[in-house]
Amino acid sequence: MASLWFNFALCFELLATGGFIVFIVRQEKWVFRCSYWILVTGFLFHTAFLAYRYYLLGTAPILDLKSALSFFAWSIICVYLIIQSRFKLMVLGSFVAPFAAFLMIISSAMPWTEEPVKPLFKSLWLTVHVGTVFIGDALLAIAFLAAIMYLIQEYQIKQKRLGAIYSRLPSLATLDRINYYSIVYGFPFLTVGMITGSVYAQYALGSYWQWDPKEVWSLISWLFYAALLHQRIAVGWQGRRAAIMAIVCFSVLVFTFVGVSLLMGGYHSFSSMGAR
Amino acid sequence: MLKIINIGMNHETAPIELRERLASESDNTLKALISMRGLDVVKEGLFLSTCNRVEALFITEETEEARRSVVSLMSKLGGIRAEELLTCLYAFEDMDAVKHVFNVASSLDSMVLGEPQILGQIKEAYTQATNQKTSGVILNRLMHRAFHVAKRVRSETDICGAAVSISYAAVELAKKIFHVLEGKKVLLIGAGDMAELAAKHLLSNGVSSVMVANRTFERAVEVAERFNALPVSFNEIGSQLLDVDIVITSTASPEYVISQSQVKKSLRKRRNRPLFFIDIAVPRDVQPEVNELNNVYLYDIDDLKGVIELNMAQRQEAAVKAGRIVEEEVVKFEKWLKTLAVVPTIISLRNKSESIIRAEFVKSNSALGKLTSVQYEAIEILTRSIVEKMLNDPIVFLKGKAGRSTLNTYLDLTRKLFNLDDLDALPQSEELMRKRAR
Repeated sequence: MASLWFNFALCFELLATGGFIVFIVRQEKWVFRCSYWILVTGFLFHTAFLAYRYYLLGTAPILDLKSALSFFAWSIICVYLIIQSRFKLMVLGSFVAPFAAFLMIISSAMPWTEEPVKPLFKSLWLTVHVGTVFIGDALLAIAFLAAIMYLIQEYQIKQKRLGAIYSRLPSLATLDRINYYSIVYGFPFLTVGMITGSVYAQYALGSYWQWDPKEVWSLISWLFYAALLHQRIAVGWQGRRAAIMAIVCFSVLVFTFVGVSLLMGGYHSFSSMGAR
Repeated sequence: MLKIINIGMNHETAPIELRERLASESDNTLKALISMRGLDVVKEGLFLSTCNRVEALFITEETEEARRSVVSLMSKLGGIRAEELLTCLYAFEDMDAVKHVFNVASSLDSMVLGEPQILGQIKEAYTQATNQKTSGVILNRLMHRAFHVAKRVRSETDICGAAVSISYAAVELAKKIFHVLEGKKVLLIGAGDMAELAAKHLLSNGVSSVMVANRTFERAVEVAERFNALPVSFNEIGSQLLDVDIVITSTASPEYVISQSQVKKSLRKRRNRPLFFIDIAVPRDVQPEVNELNNVYLYDIDDLKGVIELNMAQRQEAAVKAGRIVEEEVVKFEKWLKTLAVVPTIISLRNKSESIIRAEFVKSNSALGKLTSVQYEAIEILTRSIVEKMLNDPIVFLKGKAGRSTLNTYLDLTRKLFNLDDLDALPQSEELMRKRAR
C-alpha cells in the first residue's frame, strides 16, 4: 500500500520534471500549467504516502536514508509551491522539480526496510525536530538553486551572451531576492530544528549535547548560514558574493545531511536507527 | 470574375521624397477613398497611407481599367507624374495580393521587421473604408482575416520579441538586472540624441529621477530641462555614483570619464547595490575594466549593437515561421473566396422558392378558409420544411463543387433547371445582381 502511494508520487514527479524541462525549452505557458498541476498531484500522493507511513510507524518516516530522501523531496516541493504562489516565477519549477525528482530516484532505488521502530523514536519531539529541520533545509536548497541561477544569469550578462539562457532566466534582482528570502526564512527553521533536537536528545538520551558528528556538523552549517545572513544584513552583501556563499553553505549542509550519516556514524546515522 | 488587386509602394520600391508627397496630407486617405468610390470599375476599395508605404487595395472586374484609374488617382493625389509613379509601384493580383496584405498586417513587410505600429495603421485604414462604405463582402472578410493572421503571428512567433534599437535594448538589459525600474535613478553624462532617447525610455519605464551632468553646467541645465531632470556639475559625478543605479555616458571626451578605481571606491558605500553603465560614447567614456567589478555591469555601444544584431537575427528566424502561417491563411482565404462563386446561385434558389411559397399562399387563401394563428403557423412551417429539404441536396452539391473546374457547368445547369435567370419571375435586389457570378 505504502509503496503504491510512493510509486504514484514518483511517477507524477518524474512526469512534472519532464514537463518543466519541455517548458524551459519551448517556453509555452500551457506546458508550465500542466507540469505545475502534475507536480501538485504528485505532491498530494507524496503527502498521502507520508501520512500513511506516519500512521504505520507511529513516528515521522525518516528513520532510514530512503525515507529521509523522500521526505526531503516532499519538503522541497512543499516549499516550492509556497514560493511559487508568492513570486510567480515559472522558470523556478524547471530547477526545483528535477532536484526533487533526483532525490526521489535515489530514494526509490533503495530497498524498503521493515524493521520495527524503537519506542524511543515514537515521540512528538522527533517529528517536530525533523519537520522543522527538513523545511529549513528545503528553503536553503531553494536558496542554493536560486544562487546557481543567479551565477548563470550574471555570467550571461557580464559576458554579453544574451541568448536562449539569458532570455529564459529571470532578472538578477528577482533571483537575489529569492535567495535572500529563502535564507531569511530557512535559517529560523534550522535554528528551531536544532533546539528541538537538543530538547529531544535530553528527553531521550539524557543529554542536550553529546558531540555526535551530526550535531557538530549541524552547528558548523548553522554557523556558516549565520555568517552569510550577517554579511547580507549588516555588511550589505548581495548579488554574486552572496550567491557563492549560499552555494558553499549548502555544500556544508549537504555533507551534514548525507555525508555525516554515511561516513561518520554516531547516533544520528541511519544504521544505528534500525538496530534494536 | 472579381479580382483582388493591390497597388502600392513601400520603403524598398520608392524613395522617401515620393512617399512623403503622397503621405504628407493627413486627409489624403479620405480623398482617395472618395475618389475610389466614384470609380465605376472599383467595387470595393481601401487606401493605406503611412510614412513607409502607400497602398490601394480594391476589388474589380476590369483589371486593366481599374489599375489605370487608381494609378492616375494616386498621381493626382501626390502631384506626381504617372510615368514617374509607375516605376516605383508594385502590383499584386488575387492570392498574391491577399498574401501581401497578410504580410503587411503581420509586419513582415516592414522596414523594421516586427514593428508593432503597422497593424494599428491598417485597422485605421479599414475603419475609414467602412466609414466611407467602400468596403464590401470581400474586403471585410479579407481585412478581418488579416487582423487574425497578424494576431497569430504575434502570439505564435517571436517576431515582436526582443528590442531592435539601442535605447530599447538598454531598457531591456536594465530590466534583466533590476527587475523593475520603479524608484531607480539615472545619471546622464554628456548629451546626444541616442543617450537622451535611452534616458527617455528609461523614464517611461518607471525610473524615478534623472540627473544630467555636463562639462559646461549651462548645457547640463539645457538638457535637463528637456525631461524634468536635475542638472549636476561634472565634479559631482563621483558623489552621484554612490546614489544612482544606471549611468548613461555620451561625452566627446577623448579619455575615460569614469575609471575603474573610481567605481570601485563607491561600491562599498553603495552596499553592493548593482550599478549599470551604458556607454554610448565613441571613444568610450567608461574604462572597460569596470565590467569586472562585482555587481557592476558595463555595456558599450558595440555590445548594444551586438545585442540588437542578435535580436534582429531572432526576428528573421521568426519571420520564416510567420511566413508559413501566412501561407496557411492564404489557402484558407482562397477556399472561402471560391465558395463565394456559389453564393449568388444559392441565394437565387432560395429567393425563387420563397416567392413560390408566397404566391401559393395567396392562391390557396380562400380554399383554406379561416385558420387560427397556430394552424397558419403549422402550415407555414410545413411548406417551408418541404422546400428546405428539397433544396438541401442541390445546395450541398454545389458547395462541394466550389473551387473545381466543373463548377461553372453545374452552376449554369442549376440556373437552367430552376429557371433562375428569368428575371421577370424573380424580384431580385440590385445588390444581388451585382454579385452574381458569371
